[in-house]
Amino acid sequence: MITIKSYCSVRNHQLKLNGTTLLAKEKELLFSDFIKSAYDLNGSTYLKFFKMDDLCKLAFIASEFLLKNRKLSEQYGAENVSLVFANTSSSLDTDLKYYQTVKDFPSPSLFVYTLPNIMLGEISIRQKFKGKNAFFVFEAFQAEFLCNYATRLLNDKKAKAVIIGWVELLKENYEAFLCLIEETESGTELTKENLEKLYTDR
Amino acid sequence: MKPVFTAQGNVLSSLGFTAAENFTAMQQGRSGIKKHSIPEFLSFPFYASLIDNEKLKAAFFPFIDNNNYTRLEKIFILSIADVLQQTGLNPKDEKTLLVISTTKGNINLLELENYGDFSEKRLLLSEMAKVIADFFGMKNTPLVVSNACISGVLAIISAQRLISSGQYENVIVSGGDLVSEFTLSGFNSFKAMSDEPCRPYDAERKGISLGEGCGTLLLTSNETLLRKAEKKITVAGCSVSNDANHISGPSRTGEELALAVNIALAEAEVGKSVDFISAHGTATLFNDEMESKAFFNAGLNHIPLNSMKGFFGHTLGAAGVIEAVVTLESINRNMLLPSHGFENLGVPAPLNIIKQNVQKEINTALKTASGFGGCNAAVVFKAEK
Repeated sequence: MITIKSYCSVRNHQLKLNGTTLLAKEKELLFSDFIKSAYDLNGSTYLKFFKMDDLCKLAFIASEFLLKNRKLSEQYGAENVSLVFANTSSSLDTDLKYYQTVKDFPSPSLFVYTLPNIMLGEISIRQKFKGKNAFFVFEAFQAEFLCNYATRLLNDKKAKAVIIGWVELLKENYEAFLCLIEETESGTELTKENLEKLYTDR
Repeated sequence: MKPVFTAQGNVLSSLGFTAAENFTAMQQGRSGIKKHSIPEFLSFPFYASLIDNEKLKAAFFPFIDNNNYTRLEKIFILSIADVLQQTGLNPKDEKTLLVISTTKGNINLLELENYGDFSEKRLLLSEMAKVIADFFGMKNTPLVVSNACISGVLAIISAQRLISSGQYENVIVSGGDLVSEFTLSGFNSFKAMSDEPCRPYDAERKGISLGEGCGTLLLTSNETLLRKAEKKITVAGCSVSNDANHISGPSRTGEELALAVNIALAEAEVGKSVDFISAHGTATLFNDEMESKAFFNAGLNHIPLNSMKGFFGHTLGAAGVIEAVVTLESINRNMLLPSHGFENLGVPAPLNIIKQNVQKEINTALKTASGFGGCNAAVVFKAEK
């Protein structure tokens, strides 16, 4: 059975893993301070984190908690772990920040983050995933599309594990919702309804 | 699984507004890359392939207000309209989906005063896609793929899956991107831009030339939409991989692109017998090196190969679709086109780069792409014998 093995959500300055709150910070905090506290809580030194833009930091932190104690690339083979992510604003938050530097001194370190799939690259580097990856843009969270996409990858034997991600960030408004999808004997079956429910309850 | 056929395509670039116009220009050895001096874009002259504004305006429908659509939306609309007209497909059909491939969409609105009088929302890729779909009265919400320079190939792969699984009968894949101050300044800040027209795989290559344009391709499981006089070509295999190495530099070994290529070839059941490779070939030092190693590792380095970047420049989210449409023309016309700008091999592993037009039976072609974020994609087109 294809199941939602675990899920992680980050929003409203709270980080939850499988519904359990692991971190909650006051609303007044800036995103950058909140995400740094999540990094500290994770307790693992990864200096590349500090070079990332906010969107990648958000995706990275959610993936760290989702995949803690898992070595998917060893378990399934690097080429068999797939990432399917989506959001509303693409990389617009960093696009705006990059464009502010254009008249003066265009920043190459910001420009590289003006593509939303860079977050897939960052997670792939960290986790050594070499499988299929795809990034889509929707007006709002699309449980049906993501569910069908992951199911097809697993059923067609194009992947042995899939991470579904909804990672959105624009001007201090943000949310991340990541699910690890695997074939297991028991657990929450991956259906449009179950995915929708986890997203709504997040 | 249902076979997925490729029907008609369009290429809208500085070389022409139809696939045939573009193919003819390429056969004649013309490149769309020219020297431009546009101070609003870049403080010094640069080489790029740009669509003429007056020609675009004149081509747009006389009964539609030009001001209701952004420059890129007009390009998309014209490209899609050509494919609909050629195939006779009803865009309002409920079994039809539009898939838009783009990296930056309407990002040039940032450069215009008051967003060129468009709503800020138009910067969102899903909103742009909706405007395009609404123009044609399409029933389904379009899907937007934005995965750096593999977007176009990934859009074709996604479309293939949506049709083979039976979710849709027809998918119109349309990829488009503009040249703007945003992209020019960015690639220039990366020191990735060539100060002459780009020369993929050449020993003297100096980097990329940017280009703008749109490619549109209809994929379908409905054989009645295919032209009888042409070959019956399917999307026979596809795959995607990630380097897991660096966000802005390619793999050192090419192993991951080779992985995607090998899976796509295996799925297409063609072994190593490919007649032509339309490679990515951006003309940066590292990309072209990586590709040469990948094709060598995949045992494909003897196969005739080109990069079309010397004709169109790097059209980012459009590149994969434009190059796929030209590849399909090559299959139908049995005509290989040269890798424009190439003279002497300058990559570590040998490649069989095409140097002039070659008339040759072509039935199987491989299209690849690689991009920022370490992504690689490969698709195999196969003509039924």
